[in-house]
Amino acid sequence: MLKRDKKEEEEAGGNPFFNLEKTSVLQEARTFNDTPINPRKCCHILTKILYLLNQGEHIGTTEATETFFAMTKLFQSKDTTLRRMCYMVIKEMATISDDVIIVTSSLTKDMTGKEDQFRGPAIRALTKITDTTMLQSIERYMKQAIVDKNASVSSAALTSSLHLMKTSHDVIKRWVNEAQEAVSSSDIMVQYHALGLLYHIRKNDKLAVTKLVSKFTRHSLKSPYAYCLLIRIACKLLEEDDAGSDSPMFDFIESCLRHKSEMVIYEAAHAIVNMKHTGTKELAPAVSVLQLFLGSPKPTLRFAAVRTLNKVAMKHPSAVTACNLDLENLITDVNRSIATLAITTLLKTGSESSVDRLMKQISSFMSEISDEFKIVVVEAIKSLCMKFPRKHGVMMTFLSSMLREEGGFDYKKAIVDTIISIVEENPEAKEAGLAHLCEFIEDCEHTVLATRILHLLGREGPRTLNPAKYIRFIYNRVILENAAVRAAAVTALAKFGAHCQNLLPSIIVLLERSELDMDDEVRDRATLYLNILKEHQMALNSAFILNGLQVSIVGLERALHSYYQEPSETSFDMKSVPLATQPLTEQKASAPGEISGAKSSEKVAASRQDVYAEQLSSIPEFASIGPLFKSSSLPVELTEAETEYAVQCIKHTFANHIVLQFDCTNTLNDQFLEDVTVQVETNDGFEVLKYIPTPKLAYNVTSTTYTLLQLPEEPSQVTGTFTCTMKFVVKDCDPNTGEPDDEGYEDEYVLEDLEIAVGDHVQKVMKPNFGASWDEIGPENELEDTYALSNMKSLDEAIKNIKDYLGMQPCERSDKVPEGKSSHTLYLAGVYRGGHDILARAKLAMGDGVTMQITVRSTDPHASEVIASAVG
Amino acid sequence: MEVPPPEPSLYTVKAIAIMDNDGNRMIAKYYDDTFPTTKEQKAFEKNLFNKTHRANAEIIMLEGLTCVYRSNVDLFFYVIGSANENELILVSVLNAFYDAISQILRKNVEKRALLENLDATFLAMDEICDGGIILEADPMSVVQRVAIRMDDVPLGEQTVAQVIQSAKEQIKWSLLK
Repeated sequence: MLKRDKKEEEEAGGNPFFNLEKTSVLQEARTFNDTPINPRKCCHILTKILYLLNQGEHIGTTEATETFFAMTKLFQSKDTTLRRMCYMVIKEMATISDDVIIVTSSLTKDMTGKEDQFRGPAIRALTKITDTTMLQSIERYMKQAIVDKNASVSSAALTSSLHLMKTSHDVIKRWVNEAQEAVSSSDIMVQYHALGLLYHIRKNDKLAVTKLVSKFTRHSLKSPYAYCLLIRIACKLLEEDDAGSDSPMFDFIESCLRHKSEMVIYEAAHAIVNMKHTGTKELAPAVSVLQLFLGSPKPTLRFAAVRTLNKVAMKHPSAVTACNLDLENLITDVNRSIATLAITTLLKTGSESSVDRLMKQISSFMSEISDEFKIVVVEAIKSLCMKFPRKHGVMMTFLSSMLREEGGFDYKKAIVDTIISIVEENPEAKEAGLAHLCEFIEDCEHTVLATRILHLLGREGPRTLNPAKYIRFIYNRVILENAAVRAAAVTALAKFGAHCQNLLPSIIVLLERSELDMDDEVRDRATLYLNILKEHQMALNSAFILNGLQVSIVGLERALHSYYQEPSETSFDMKSVPLATQPLTEQKASAPGEISGAKSSEKVAASRQDVYAEQLSSIPEFASIGPLFKSSSLPVELTEAETEYAVQCIKHTFANHIVLQFDCTNTLNDQFLEDVTVQVETNDGFEVLKYIPTPKLAYNVTSTTYTLLQLPEEPSQVTGTFTCTMKFVVKDCDPNTGEPDDEGYEDEYVLEDLEIAVGDHVQKVMKPNFGASWDEIGPENELEDTYALSNMKSLDEAIKNIKDYLGMQPCERSDKVPEGKSSHTLYLAGVYRGGHDILARAKLAMGDGVTMQITVRSTDPHASEVIASAVG
Repeated sequence: MEVPPPEPSLYTVKAIAIMDNDGNRMIAKYYDDTFPTTKEQKAFEKNLFNKTHRANAEIIMLEGLTCVYRSNVDLFFYVIGSANENELILVSVLNAFYDAISQILRKNVEKRALLENLDATFLAMDEICDGGIILEADPMSVVQRVAIRMDDVPLGEQTVAQVIQSAKEQIKWSLLK
């Protein structure tokens, strides 16, 4: 059809569309006005316009509108291809041109006309330019089109309806009967589209969706696409109901594993694997169909199967072992993605003996796969190291060679994370890991990674056999890097100086050189560290270099700000600043080296406790009790599940008070509660000072009431158990409108008892260097005691209970007991209410039960007493 | 790699593209805003092409997307979907697209023929996928709906020059392969 132009094109080179000028093409569009219309020529021009748009050429609104208007003339021609090209251009220009709606009538005519070739595409073009108000006028035609017997028309109308759902949900909702009728169409695509539309219309009505699914699971659908969709809907329902394998939905999904289409089988297997509650039994049939796919000649099928099995292996490695043989065959697959996934799956399921071989295989094509997959490999290696700690040599070498290769930040970060976690978990691998990391920072372009590694070196390096060898690597950073890295390096150097006496003179020389650094932060750090180091006092070293500040960054900022606002005679008290709550992953422990690097990229997020502190300080009654010391981490449930009212309690500890925060929820829709308080019956010297009621508690809304307790005078009296009762005024109300009656009556509701334990008075802190802190506090208030914990079955259990009960943070990974040992020493650190540091060393021995000798040191004698006598 | 289970949605396809053997975009259509600007699209295509033009492996995960592809002579066909999309559905779309184009180009799937029939290619793409929803996955129906007039000029009626030209082409490609 374009033959006429062919000769010229050949002269112009292979691509006739290459080097098209936008202006000249739009110029050519004037030909549209010629009479009679030359369909072939016009069609070619439209193709050129489409090509230009497709290449991302920008066409301005005026130009587009002009062309668009010229194009409307082409509707006079009856030529099929030309008309179809017009639709295409209309769709493309719908967003850039003005007044596109002028073609509405032409398109409406086409969509209802006799020419079947035009009807479907015309509908689709029309929906591109229509809006809610215009939709009303073509609604009748759309409804007819949905049930049209021509599949292309029906599909076009259904997909267009789906697109329009986003803007005109209410109109489309009315087409549900037509969609219903279309589902029973004999055409497979119509069936699929109709099912999709039906689901999206009813999506928010769970009952209707359940009905929909159970209806179509019985009528067998013809379209595999529709089946896939149905499986996804069923999955979503299962997830929302939290239902297990006994649900009929699950039976349906499982039956799909025997469908004749691979697409459906895979969708079903994938769905089963992704469910939350699947055990080995439910997985077995899914795994066996995936196993069959592993041998398929189609790469995509193999890929899909191995990717899904890889996922299974993360949670249930034993379920996949049956496929090991088939997976072995895939490790040399030409598709590297398949090979990688096969190997990482095998690494998860295989035995220790196969590790070497697999690692060798994978290193042969690491360079060929994309970063995404490299990260998958790194993660597989990480879990492998946890599983087979003895294999760390092979893995370390492999990881370090990967570090040297090209790769993006995420990839490098994954490797560094893995090495760091190996170093921390496995003492044998420490030296090798640190050496590899030293090598890496020699040539590391990512500041964040470099500062992290320097921080790690500062922490772990001084305690290795030969700390001196790390100094060179760290000092190189001081010479060569940007300010953030230099600062981190200076801190790391200072830690070596503080910990290793024999290196101190050299460290002082090195730090003196940084006193003239260009950057303020680096210079300040160097000066500070030098002055401390020159004092030669272990206590200073421990407090300022080895262990750092323990306060919450957000809290410190707030405290300094308010101090600055109201200057006073007294100096700023560090103890008034809330402590940093210990994050679950201790990687984030705020360390000087890390902050400078991370500051630019992420703002330190306010912790939960900072949020509470803010809330409490806004209540005037609590203004006089000082700053918040600690909030209990998990709320205590004071009611059983599914009772009339749900109440949770969070305990906030202050210097001499405890605030009990009760979060109450009313689950009765015919009641409206007012003036809700929680009465606490105290004993043992605790005293209730104040109740702060919540004025209104409507249905399904959570409101908070507070109770303020005064702690006993006697400093050793810190624990107690209290009876709680919720008191309130009930007003009956209409469940539909929520309007309460005028009259109410008083009522009360008994809650479960609330306990205040030792742990509520202690805030966890992390002491990276426990020994230094231990010496810093000194034996002044030392107490020692021995206990027999006869009901503990193992050391792990004892450690868990001790640390939960005392509310202290285990340091230096002493909460992990090496396998097969019968005695262990646990180091715990915390800060006692009032800001007194407290450290505990618990020597545990496994005999009949567990015997514990606990030694407590603190800056306050009462704190030592409370902790030492707490256990028992 | 942890991905949530797929939402029950009909929006399956994120993009369809054809590239030549230098990685230049022949045609490409993006159905959502994963890559909002042409610049980002082209950068993605470049990356995709670099990873796929050597090994004929049919499927790859790239930038958090699942990409299935097929190539012939000097053309690369791509269908792109989200990472948690059913890979087999994407392949069914790819095959429908490839087979339809192959029929339209009368098995002559190469750049020159594609450019000569660019209008039909646009129409075929439009018939296979509408705004990300799979409209039709049967190549026969697609070709029928595109309904381009194949002006079937029998061999005898072609000009001598045309015959020689097409013969030349065929020899050239068989040598290049």
